[in-house]
Amino acid sequence: MGHEKLTEHFLELIRRASTVLPRDTEEAIRKGIENEGEGAGAASTLKLLLENSRQAKEGSTPICQDTGALLFFVDMGPDFRQKDVEKAARAAAGEATARYYLRPNAVDAVTGKNSGDNTGLGMPTFHFDQMDEEGLRVRLLLKGGGSENVGAQYKLPDGKLKAGRDLDGVRKCVIDAVYNAQGKGCAPGVIGVCIGGDRGSSFACSKEQFLRNLGDTNPDPVLADLESRLFTDLNELGIGPSGFGGKTTVLGVKIGKRHRVPACFFVSVSYVCWAYRKAAMTIKGGEVSHD
Amino acid sequence: MTEIKLPVSPDEIRKLKAGDEVSITGVMITARDAAHKYLIETDGPEVKEILKDSMIYHCGPVVKKEGGTYSFVAAGPTTSIREEPYEADVIAKYGVRGVIGKGGMGGKTLEACGKHGSVYLSAVGGIATTLARSVVEVLDVHKLEEFGVPEAMWVIRVENFPAVVTMDSHGKSIHDDVAKLSRENYEKLVGT
Repeated sequence: MGHEKLTEHFLELIRRASTVLPRDTEEAIRKGIENEGEGAGAASTLKLLLENSRQAKEGSTPICQDTGALLFFVDMGPDFRQKDVEKAARAAAGEATARYYLRPNAVDAVTGKNSGDNTGLGMPTFHFDQMDEEGLRVRLLLKGGGSENVGAQYKLPDGKLKAGRDLDGVRKCVIDAVYNAQGKGCAPGVIGVCIGGDRGSSFACSKEQFLRNLGDTNPDPVLADLESRLFTDLNELGIGPSGFGGKTTVLGVKIGKRHRVPACFFVSVSYVCWAYRKAAMTIKGGEVSHD
Repeated sequence: MTEIKLPVSPDEIRKLKAGDEVSITGVMITARDAAHKYLIETDGPEVKEILKDSMIYHCGPVVKKEGGTYSFVAAGPTTSIREEPYEADVIAKYGVRGVIGKGGMGGKTLEACGKHGSVYLSAVGGIATTLARSVVEVLDVHKLEEFGVPEAMWVIRVENFPAVVTMDSHGKSIHDDVAKLSRENYEKLVGT
């Protein structure tokens, strides 16, 4: 596939991610409205989220002005080259900025200069995997800065939390992180957790959880139980939409694990805001489909 | 719903109570991290007259430029607590009557609100397309080249901008209330 065509497909992927609220998220917010009950302030706030998302979709404008960092997860067949895919994605990020689907969000960490086109050192980020069959599968997350700032990494055991190296210890870490986030990460959020790994791989794995569907069930029954328990626990905190109080503090909890070295036991907690912007596309035999 | 027209006096602001829903009309300025640092380190010559008895909006917008005219495409609030080291001094120095953002601010800002007759208001985080519709005109922009689009100081005219007073000038903060309540729930869940 030529550079121009591939860039065009990436541009549409970015447009959809920034302007269309995913179906699973919309459903989760609707459930939140039911749980809060008609007339509750928290229900009114949740309705504003849906109304904003409807307007964003209608006008192809960003759901949130913080269009975040672009995280591309690419599965690539033998008919694609990593260099070509990256080049097209970077070109599309620039074009999406020019079309106001994205805010210019890449800032030089030393000079403070904004590159103006969402590209820079390490931005966007790419995670490549090879596939045996031909074609390209791309999943994109747009992760805002407010929710990124409330992510946290713990090292077990943690004396202050009385958290040991077990699942109850993990549970305490996640509750602590969401409590500390209050409304700052734009609650109700989705919580991605990784148990284990090293400091880098642990955070990466916690973010990979955001590629899952909110309605799925973890294939690992132990993690599935913990996800379900934490979903209930976190919604009992009372932080609520926007941190104004209410029963809807999180829309979902997704947990993964990585092997660790004996000395280290990290628990990484990543947070995405209710504007859970994700989109995917598949290219096969020159045809593209967006889902 | 209380209507607020900018500029507004400290006496009007002192009538507001935490929990009040307001609708704001008038001229205000966006300012976030780089701008707050700038407002403290300089006398803010470009903006000081507008800031007097007006409001600051913690927002890094998506802005469209067409034929030399700017308009806001997406403009929700950003997390306010990052400006906690600066905000009390900015309120005192420039006579700012309201700070709009998300997530709430700390004790120093709450104290400044009481001392000077100011409030902190929350806009709903993430509803950027809806809130951009309340920004009816972009009048000017300062430090665009130096700070970049999100961090520049945009002088905007808003009409019926919806927000909730969450920290008032009488020492009440809804954020402190929710933090206290969730702390009790947290302790039940974690058992510390």
